[in-house]
Amino acid sequence: MAGRHDADGRRLFAKKLDFKRGAVDLTHGAGGKASAQLFEELFRPAFDNPLLDRGDDQARIEGAARMVVATDGHVVSPLFFPGGDIGALSVHGTINDVAMAGAVPTDMTAGVILEEGFPLADLKRIVQSMAVAAADAGVRIVAGDTKVVEQGKGDGVFITTTGLGAIPDAVKTPPAADRAQAGDVILVSGTVGDHGVTILSAREALPMSAPFESDTAALHGLVADLIAAAPGVKTLRDPTRGGLATAVNEICRASGVGALLRETAIPIRKTVDAACELLGVDPLYLANEGKLIAVVEASEADAALAAMRGHALGREAAIIGEIVDDPDGFVQMETAFGGKRLVDWLTGDPLPRIC
Amino acid sequence: MCLALPAEVVALDGDMATVNLDGVEAPVSLAFLDGVGVGDFVVVHVGYALSRVDPDIAAEQIDAMRGEETAGEPSAYGDVS
Amino acid sequence: MKYVDEFRDPAAARSIAARIADEVDPTRSYAFMEFCGGHTHALCRFGLEDLLPPNIRMVHGPGCPVCVLPVGRLDLAVELVTTRPEVILATYGDMMRVPGTGGVSLLTAKARGGDVRMIYSTAQAVELARDNPDREVVLFAIGFETTTPPTAAAVKAAAAGGLKNFSILCNHVLTPAAIDAIMTTGSAESRARLDGFVGPGHVSTIIGAEAYEAPARKWDKPIVISGFEPNDLLNAIHLLVRQTNKGEAQVENAFARAVRPGGNAAAQALCDEVFALRDAFEWRGLGTIPESALKLAPAYEGFDAEVKFDLQYASRPDHKACACGEILRGEKTPAQCAVFETACAPEHPLGSCMVSPEGACAAYYLYGRFRGVAPRLAAAE
Repeated sequence: MAGRHDADGRRLFAKKLDFKRGAVDLTHGAGGKASAQLFEELFRPAFDNPLLDRGDDQARIEGAARMVVATDGHVVSPLFFPGGDIGALSVHGTINDVAMAGAVPTDMTAGVILEEGFPLADLKRIVQSMAVAAADAGVRIVAGDTKVVEQGKGDGVFITTTGLGAIPDAVKTPPAADRAQAGDVILVSGTVGDHGVTILSAREALPMSAPFESDTAALHGLVADLIAAAPGVKTLRDPTRGGLATAVNEICRASGVGALLRETAIPIRKTVDAACELLGVDPLYLANEGKLIAVVEASEADAALAAMRGHALGREAAIIGEIVDDPDGFVQMETAFGGKRLVDWLTGDPLPRIC
Repeated sequence: MCLALPAEVVALDGDMATVNLDGVEAPVSLAFLDGVGVGDFVVVHVGYALSRVDPDIAAEQIDAMRGEETAGEPSAYGDVS
Repeated sequence: MKYVDEFRDPAAARSIAARIADEVDPTRSYAFMEFCGGHTHALCRFGLEDLLPPNIRMVHGPGCPVCVLPVGRLDLAVELVTTRPEVILATYGDMMRVPGTGGVSLLTAKARGGDVRMIYSTAQAVELARDNPDREVVLFAIGFETTTPPTAAAVKAAAAGGLKNFSILCNHVLTPAAIDAIMTTGSAESRARLDGFVGPGHVSTIIGAEAYEAPARKWDKPIVISGFEPNDLLNAIHLLVRQTNKGEAQVENAFARAVRPGGNAAAQALCDEVFALRDAFEWRGLGTIPESALKLAPAYEGFDAEVKFDLQYASRPDHKACACGEILRGEKTPAQCAVFETACAPEHPLGSCMVSPEGACAAYYLYGRFRGVAPRLAAAE
């Protein structure tokens, strides 16, 4: 969505948008004056950068040799939750996708689909949240689009983001899912299940209260520190939907190896652990939005761990297992007793159970 | 089956109680249990307290499991009824 | 977590495991059934079978109310919510994904516009009825004796509140009857194969350990009531080994910290008031079992959704290749079922044992199918 200015700089819009009591209507997505106004009075000042100001439908970025691009759709419900909202989530999620390839994220786009009747006050809150998240991360939101669907055809707001980044020259072999080998060490940057439990308890209106908070965060700074200390890092993955379990399974499958995790080594908050016990869900399958999994050579494991622990987002980082030879690609886990269980892919959606 | 956990009663309000499990609080019905006090541990299933955990029996059982038998004959750590 | 962590102490676990290893008779094998899905889950989740001597086999029982619910009963719930827009179906999370006939689950029905609401407590269902006087709230009631009193409480509350728009689709089932069914549907040989039972812990907090004296006597097998933490299970297995070695067939309450003599009288009284025994009820994988399930007592028939909505139950057979019956009786292992892991997997279950994570086949698939295939990795101590 590009901005349009009247040639003499006169204001194009008779009345300013009411962000306190106004609501989105179908004209805001139609591409005409209303769309322009939404862009002029909300998106442009919030995302504030010269590329966006130029008013084109796309942004011209000076390219680098090794570009990384990633895209993500965000449909989280509820839109606002302890620790963040869909806006912050969308920015962090895309920054993290780019960062997991060893790239430095620089620019992103945001496509927003709004439901007719969505309060402008809430939209403003979300857009501001995106702006803050992007600015904090040094990332520009340089292009976007807005559409509006009829009431009942959307869940308030859906956001699709695409992020771009370049891999620095210093990163010789970028991390990738298929690079894990037997003997490599698996690390996690912090506690698991925080975001998933927060959303689950907020969404299902469970009669349960605790200071849950989403861990949504931009991880590129942590990644940079990690790569500096352990330049041979093999794989990076952020365990979002499907949780730690699915992410490790994905890595093993791509690399044709298996894994052995140690349950007692996996960091988890007491309240999250208790909530999972109460609900009967397995924290290994819950989403994390501010954590990463790293696979490094054994010789670099200690340096990787120290680097992560030295960063604000990695204080509780831990070594949680290792990659092993296994043509069947099973992820096994040693429980506290030394007994073993399989940590399989996620089937379906983790729902609370009574049995 | 019957996912249920022992949780500490931290507040009472007539027929209802608030339990706390490691920082997670939840409301629980006391419809099936009498004489529950703050500090008691109750077994909670789908929002109802079904039974109170007896701290003495629990302590005995924990010791027996560790192998710290009391003096005399080896104790069976189950009640033969 | 207090009263949880202590029963997960690895040192105590090793100590009990050592005693089991000491006491097993190396010249024979033992097969114990853990009846309860929660016990199956604990066995698998903690990898307990790795601590048992190789001549002890745990046979996973039917004790998961989700697994034993016949497809036809689930179809009734799906039918209600898809054909009647006035119905709000309140259900526990467990039932949401189970596929009914044609693969239609409650989740599918919800996606198609059915008003399915997940509840965590039956009280929420009553609240729904109060808050939506122009709608019909139906509580999809499943569960063994642990879950039955909460349903009874809901019905009582609805009656006390004069609610006309609340009813239950009752599928509550009874555990001692299920033990009888396992023992009767099998051959004499399969009966002889099982040496004893790990009895349900939470069910016993309600009905008391005494409820198992009859089946223990009738089938001459020991039954040890166990809590759900891993050390509780190891302890119970130890006690079963002891009794088996001595040829005893007693009921032992190894969960005395929560199971009182007689169980919970208040809960039992309420259930006796609100429910009555059905003559017979079909159990998935076990066939029709007499006096094994509950319906509402005549005084509470106004809350029976089957009567209110004139629901007709139609039995649907399981897939021909499904071996759940034999698996439940310990005659086959999941891996020996012809369709295990191929046509039958948790995402598309064909039979009861695969339907919930606590069914024998699902538990093995999700937690244990690497055994016998993957290289045995040495545990770091």
